[in-house]
Amino acid sequence: MSGVATPSSPGTAALAFAGVGMEFPGVRALDDVSFEVGAGSIHALMGENGAGKSTLLKILSGAHRPTAGEVRIDGRTVEFTSTSAALASGVAVIYQELHLVPAMSVAENLFLGHLPARLGVVDRRRLAADARRQLELIGEDIDPDTPVGELPLAQRQMVEIAKALTRGARILAFDEPTSSLSEREVRRLFSIIRDLRARGCAILYVSHRMEEIFALCDRITILRDGRHVETAALASLNRDAVVERMVGRRLADIYRHETRPPAGPGLAVDALTGPGITAPVSFTASAGEILGIFGLVGAGRTELLRLIYGATRSSGGIIRMEDNEVEVRGPRDALRAGIVLCPEDRKKEGIVPVRSVLENLNLSARRRVARGGMLINEAWERRNAEERIGQLRIRTPSARALIRTLSGGNQQKVILGRWLSETVRVVLLDEPTRGIDVGAKSEIYAIMQQLARDGVCVIMVSSELPEILGISDRILVMRGGAIAAEVARADATEAGLLKLALPVETAVVTA
Amino acid sequence: MNARARQSFAATFARAGMPLVLAVLFAGCAAGIDNFLSVANLRGLALAVSMTGMVACTMMFCLAAGDFDLSIGSVVAGAGVIAAVVMNRTGSVAAGVAAALGFGLVVGLVNGLVVARLGINALITTLASMQVVRGLAFIVSGGSAVGIAAEPFFALGGGVVAGLPIPVWITALCFAAAGFTLNRTVFGRDTLAVGGNAEAARLAGIDVARVKVSIFAAQGVMAAFAGVVLSSRVTSGQPNTSVGFELEVISACVLGGVSLSGGVARVSHVISGVLILGIVQNAMNLLNVPTFWQYVARGLILLSAVLLDRWNHSRRE
Repeated sequence: MSGVATPSSPGTAALAFAGVGMEFPGVRALDDVSFEVGAGSIHALMGENGAGKSTLLKILSGAHRPTAGEVRIDGRTVEFTSTSAALASGVAVIYQELHLVPAMSVAENLFLGHLPARLGVVDRRRLAADARRQLELIGEDIDPDTPVGELPLAQRQMVEIAKALTRGARILAFDEPTSSLSEREVRRLFSIIRDLRARGCAILYVSHRMEEIFALCDRITILRDGRHVETAALASLNRDAVVERMVGRRLADIYRHETRPPAGPGLAVDALTGPGITAPVSFTASAGEILGIFGLVGAGRTELLRLIYGATRSSGGIIRMEDNEVEVRGPRDALRAGIVLCPEDRKKEGIVPVRSVLENLNLSARRRVARGGMLINEAWERRNAEERIGQLRIRTPSARALIRTLSGGNQQKVILGRWLSETVRVVLLDEPTRGIDVGAKSEIYAIMQQLARDGVCVIMVSSELPEILGISDRILVMRGGAIAAEVARADATEAGLLKLALPVETAVVTA
Repeated sequence: MNARARQSFAATFARAGMPLVLAVLFAGCAAGIDNFLSVANLRGLALAVSMTGMVACTMMFCLAAGDFDLSIGSVVAGAGVIAAVVMNRTGSVAAGVAAALGFGLVVGLVNGLVVARLGINALITTLASMQVVRGLAFIVSGGSAVGIAAEPFFALGGGVVAGLPIPVWITALCFAAAGFTLNRTVFGRDTLAVGGNAEAARLAGIDVARVKVSIFAAQGVMAAFAGVVLSSRVTSGQPNTSVGFELEVISACVLGGVSLSGGVARVSHVISGVLILGIVQNAMNLLNVPTFWQYVARGLILLSAVLLDRWNHSRRE
C-alpha cells in the first residue's frame, strides 16, 4: 500500500472541517461546523437523523459542495467536485449501500476505472495478482475472480474497503457500516478499522450504536440540527452525556404535549405478520390517541405501517377498526376503512413531483369531487386546495405551482393535507418530520394534535427520540422486526428507549 | 441575441411552446412554398395527419401514464385485414368493423394486463405483441392484400363532409374527447398521477393497474379503428401497411412535449406535434426532397425538439 501514513505536522490535522455550512432550499442542513480528525485516530460522528451527518459525509465525498466554509486535508483547502476527485485526494466514504458493480469480479471492482491493461486489453494475470495482494493487506481471503454479487454483504464491505485502499485512501469515513452485519462480522470489521488506524489512517465513523462507538472510537463529534455541539475525547463522556448532547434541550418548547380524554376504540392489530416482521405484531391504539413507534432504521417500523395500510400484503393477522374486522388487501381497502398513510419517502412514495400542489392535494379527495363519478369538480378542487394551503400554512407561490419546487416541509404538509378533506379514522405517519426544519416540524405536530383532538387515532413512526417523547401519549419500541416493549409516557426516557431499541447482540461487542 | 431578448424569447417559448413553432413553420411554408396553401394540398395534408392524430390521442395517455405502445402499427394492419376478411365473408360492414375493433380491444387488453398485472416492461411487452400481431395479420390475409367488396364502406375513409374528409373530422373529434378526458375527468388526473409517480398514486388509493389496462385497451381499439379507416381509404386490408407507424406517433407526442417519463401531457401541444411532423413531411414532398433525406430530416427534428424541451426545463429550474 502506498502513501498511507503521511505524518502530519503538529497543528495540521489529517482532515479538518472549518465553518462548513450547507443550505438547501428551505433547509439549513449544516451551519458553521468545525472539527478536526487526526491521522491515526478513529473519530465518531454522532447525531440524530437530520442532524447533518449524511450531508457532511456527502461534502466529504464530493457529492455536495458546501455553501459556506471549507474542508482541509493536511492543512490544504480542498474542494471536491466528484467522488473521484475526493478519492484522488485520498478520501473515501464507505456507504451503507455499497458502490460496487455486482456482476463484475472482485478484482475488476477493486481496479475499476484503472484496470491494468496492455494496449487497451485487460491484463488478467496482473489484475488477479494485484487484487490478491490488496485483499491480503486487509487480511481477507476472497477469490478475486468471484463476482461481487455472490459475496455476502460483510465481504462486499471488505472489498469496498480494499478498493478505497487500492486508490491510496488514507482518510476513510464509514456510514453505519455495521447496520446489517452479524456480531462476528462486526468484530472482523473492527479489527480491520483498528489496523487502519495503526497504519496512520484518519477514520470518521458514523453510527447510531452507542456500544460500538465506545468500543471502537477515540474521539467523538456530536452534531445537532446541523450545528456542531461538541468534539471531545470519548473517555471524557459517558453514554447519557452523549445522548443528552445529541438531543439537546431547546427542543423542549417544540414538543408541547397535551392530554386528551380517550375517545373510544380505534385500531386493533392482532398477530400481524408479513415481510420485514419477525414475530407477529399485536397492539391497539385508541381514537384520539397519539401512539409513537420508536425504533432504529431496519427495526421493521416502516414495514409494520405498510402492512397495516396494505401497501405490502400481510401474510397473516387481523386488523380491526372500532371492533369491526377489516380485510386490508391493498391501500384502497385501508382507505375505505378510514386508514391513511403518510409514507416515509416523500419523493418516492408521497408526491407526484411533476404535478401541481392543487393536484397533489386533491389526489385522494377526488372520489368526492367526482360529479356523476367521472368528472372533476374544479371549483371544489380549487376551494379545497386554497383551504388546505391556508389551514396548513403551505408556503407555495400558488396552488398551480409544481410541488417539486416546494421545500420538504411544505411537501409533507401537502401530503398531510390530502387527508384533511376526508373522513379519516387512523393516520399512519412514517417519519413525518424527516429532513424538515424546526419551524415546519412544530406545525406538523400541531396538525397531528388537532387530528387527535378530533378523535382520529394517530400513529407516528419515528427514530427521533425528542419527537417520540414529546408528542406520543404512549410508545411502542420495535427492534429486529418485532415489538420489543410498550412504554407509558410517564415512564419513558431517552436512554431507556434507546436501550430497548438497540440490537441485543451488539452489546457484546467490546474492545 | 442580447440577454433581455433571449429571456423574453425563452419566456414566450415556455408559454407558447410547440404551438408557436407550429405557427412559425406554417407561416414559413405558406410564404416560401408554392401550392402549399392550395385547397388540394391542405386537404391532403389534413388527411395525411389524420391517422397519426387519431392514434396520438391514445398514445398521449399511454405516455402520460409512463408507458408506451409499439404494437399500434401492427394493430392497424391486423385490424384492416380482419375488417376486410370478415366483411367479405359475412357481407356485413358492421360485422367487419366490430370484428376489427374487437381484435384491437383484445390486443390492448393483453398488452395492458401483461404490463400492469404481470409487471413486464411496456417496451418489451409491446415489442412482442407488435411482432405477434404483424404475424397474425399475414396469417389471416394469407400474405397479401385483401380487397374489400362492400362499397358503402369506402365512404368512411373517402367521404367528404362540409369540405373536409371524414377521417379529418374523426381525428378532430378524437382530439376533443382526449382533451376533455385528460383535463376534466378523474381518469385523466389518475393517468397523470400514475405516470408522475406510480407508487405515490397507488398509496393515494388510485387503482394503478386499472388505469393502465384501460389505457392500453383504448389504445388497441383506437389503433384498430385507424386501421379500419385506412382499409376503407385504400379499399383493402393490407397486412404490410404502417410499419414504423408507432415511431411516427410517439415522435409526434414527444414533439408535443409529452414526457417520456410520464406525468406531463397537453393536448394542444400534441396536436401541434402531429401537425408539425405532417407539415414538414408535406413541405419536403412539395420541395421534392428525396425520401431518404426525409427520414434524416424527421429524425433531426425530433432530436432538436427534445433538446429544446430539455433546455426549456433546465432554464426554469
